[in-house]
Amino acid sequence: MNGWIGRILRVNLTSGNITTEALDEKIAKDYIGGRGLGIKYLYDEIDPAVDPLGPENKLIFATGPLTGTGALAAGRYMVVTKAPLTGAIANSNAGGYFPSELKFAGYDMIIFEGKASSPVYLWIQNDHAELRSADELWGKDVITTTDRVIEQTDPEAKVACIGPAGENLVKFANIMNDKGRAAGRSGVGAVMGSKNLKAVAVRGTNGVRVADPAGFRDAILAAQKEFHDPYMSEVLAKYGTADVVEFSNEVGLLPTRNHQQGMFEGAAKIGGATMAAKYNLRGARKTKACFSCPLACGRVTRVPDGEFKGEGEGPEYESLGALGSACGVDNIEAVIKANHICNEMGMDTITAGSTIACAMELTEKRFIPKSDIGLDLKFGNGHAVVELLKQTAMREGFGNALAEGSYRLAESYGHPELSMTSKKQEFPSYDPRGGQGFALAYATSNRGGCHIRQEVHCLEFFGIALINIIETGGAIDRFSTEGKPQVVKDVQDFYCMIDSSGICNFIIIGSPDPNVFIKLMETGTGLKFGGLEGFLKTGERIFNLEKLFNLKAGLTYKDDTLPPRMLEEPMPEGPGKGHVVHLEEMLPDYYSARGWSDKGIPGDTKLSELGL
Amino acid sequence: MPKALVVDLDKCTGCRSCELACSFKHHGEFNPAKSAIHVSIFADKAFYVPVVCYQCNKPFCKEVCPTGALYASEANGAFVVKVDTEKCVGCKMCMLACPFGSITVQDDGFAQKCDLCGGEPECAVFCVPGAIEFKDMEESSLKKTRATAEKFYQQKEDSQ
Repeated sequence: MNGWIGRILRVNLTSGNITTEALDEKIAKDYIGGRGLGIKYLYDEIDPAVDPLGPENKLIFATGPLTGTGALAAGRYMVVTKAPLTGAIANSNAGGYFPSELKFAGYDMIIFEGKASSPVYLWIQNDHAELRSADELWGKDVITTTDRVIEQTDPEAKVACIGPAGENLVKFANIMNDKGRAAGRSGVGAVMGSKNLKAVAVRGTNGVRVADPAGFRDAILAAQKEFHDPYMSEVLAKYGTADVVEFSNEVGLLPTRNHQQGMFEGAAKIGGATMAAKYNLRGARKTKACFSCPLACGRVTRVPDGEFKGEGEGPEYESLGALGSACGVDNIEAVIKANHICNEMGMDTITAGSTIACAMELTEKRFIPKSDIGLDLKFGNGHAVVELLKQTAMREGFGNALAEGSYRLAESYGHPELSMTSKKQEFPSYDPRGGQGFALAYATSNRGGCHIRQEVHCLEFFGIALINIIETGGAIDRFSTEGKPQVVKDVQDFYCMIDSSGICNFIIIGSPDPNVFIKLMETGTGLKFGGLEGFLKTGERIFNLEKLFNLKAGLTYKDDTLPPRMLEEPMPEGPGKGHVVHLEEMLPDYYSARGWSDKGIPGDTKLSELGL
Repeated sequence: MPKALVVDLDKCTGCRSCELACSFKHHGEFNPAKSAIHVSIFADKAFYVPVVCYQCNKPFCKEVCPTGALYASEANGAFVVKVDTEKCVGCKMCMLACPFGSITVQDDGFAQKCDLCGGEPECAVFCVPGAIEFKDMEESSLKKTRATAEKFYQQKEDSQ
């Protein structure tokens, strides 16, 4: 096989058996890798109704055919499992160096089954794979764990691990790799913790081959050329995604005080320029790249002294929004510290921040008695955010309630409507009232509230990215619902392909020409997709299989929704003033564009067309 | 002055595209373990050091080679030390001699080192941040001289 290695590692944690098996070529062709391959194996191997934190759930680490190649930003893997946060499909993606190292060791995918009787970690060195005791690593944070595992294995080993949050089954625990990169969302780290699997370390010295080396080289150079878009290669190079804070604020959709507002008076204080001026180790320039990435959006920050002293990776845009403006915090040092704590303890910054924001609103509205918290939980209290994050990771005190995510927290106090979630997963840092298309995308995302499984917001704001995938006839009005259902469907299907390829979607959104990506995939794997139409068809197959998984897991069309605040409370200020989401106008057309019934169930015609 | 591969540490982001470009060009596969260039990564401090063969004027690898497999050559205006695989016996003395770890013996049994891709180094082509360039060394030295001078100037300004 080209692109793919053609080999899967299967690790049964209950018995300790480790086996390898061939990757089925037909499955690889139909589901590509990463997100697609992950859902195919998960769907075939588990009952979607299982307890996500029970031994019957499986945890899949899946690379894509381009992972480990020199295609731009081709260093990603996808963690696929049933999510404890949502009860739906989870697919959490990360870059760094770990995913490509797994490929160089000779595996497309690892499937973890069962549950170890005591803490273990997996050490892979090319063909050799063994489970080792992790007794002395249990309880350690991500940084310490990573350093210790490298000491115990190989200086060149790359490590993915959980922190205390994953061990304590925090519903939004993540899996961190290379210390600063996160497979962040939906609680995949809690699944790893439930299996007593502390870490995976890998060292590989084999190569990845492609189908058409000369064509692939040309495709990389063409992609590089596309990448030289001024925003991608200059602005983001300077500030990383932190640059987006002030932009989102200007267009009026920066989540502020648990989405009660869309503009934050402290935006500049937590924006990219502030971070670059005082806290970025390298100032306003490219700082840290993932494997094979030309963009280098990563930032390494240091707060030199004071209460929030510390050093580490991030925060990027989503974390600045969730831990900053959503909590009303304009103290950048507190936000940086909060982000570092999430990384060290292994928690998703988006859900963590949004859950505290929800708790703040519940407290200010007196729905949570002060005695339950033990801290002055007012919007803007950065000290409280930092303290509560520590408690959450350890499930201590009020942290135990926060560890369940905002939906269960708000529900337990009788006000689930104050949880800013879809399918119980918190929104990223774009208020859906700021654009009808991405509001629909939030509501219909298979993994719940999410921006990166369909970056429709980029289309609605910038109008340039991915413009040729769909016939928009120019710029699209973000406040109009017209044509949005079809746009959302097509972009969702296209993103299924990006998420399955091993490439970072951040590179693709900078490119207005989908053929650049298709050429990389075809020359890399040797597959012929038959143009954009065939390419999207493969993506649609993946999307529909995830939907079937969710239906069997018990989700229904009633879960394709947004909280009442988005549907009924007009945005109070700014360019989005007066707008709500007109979901009921778009959803029927969206289902129909998908070939689904009015109850959101894929029809037989659609399923047989997709070979499902 | 002759050309050389010039590395600007301030521009390197640790993406390792150079390792991929090198192994792809010379081995037809993406494999950092087979690359002649390696990036040493200090990720916690956002500091990265691409280490490539420095093409020493008095190469230890060449001096120590018992079969005369290493020889001095020229590529597109640059001095380069190359491996003659007809003569190489894979004894690995060159690996011991090189202080930078820039020459290795590969699976095929022959010594491998940077040959500047015959004068168009692929690592430089694929380095988007521009940290690796194949250029006139004089230009690079003058830049450094200027940067140091600017620091002196700034100190003078600050003290006034």
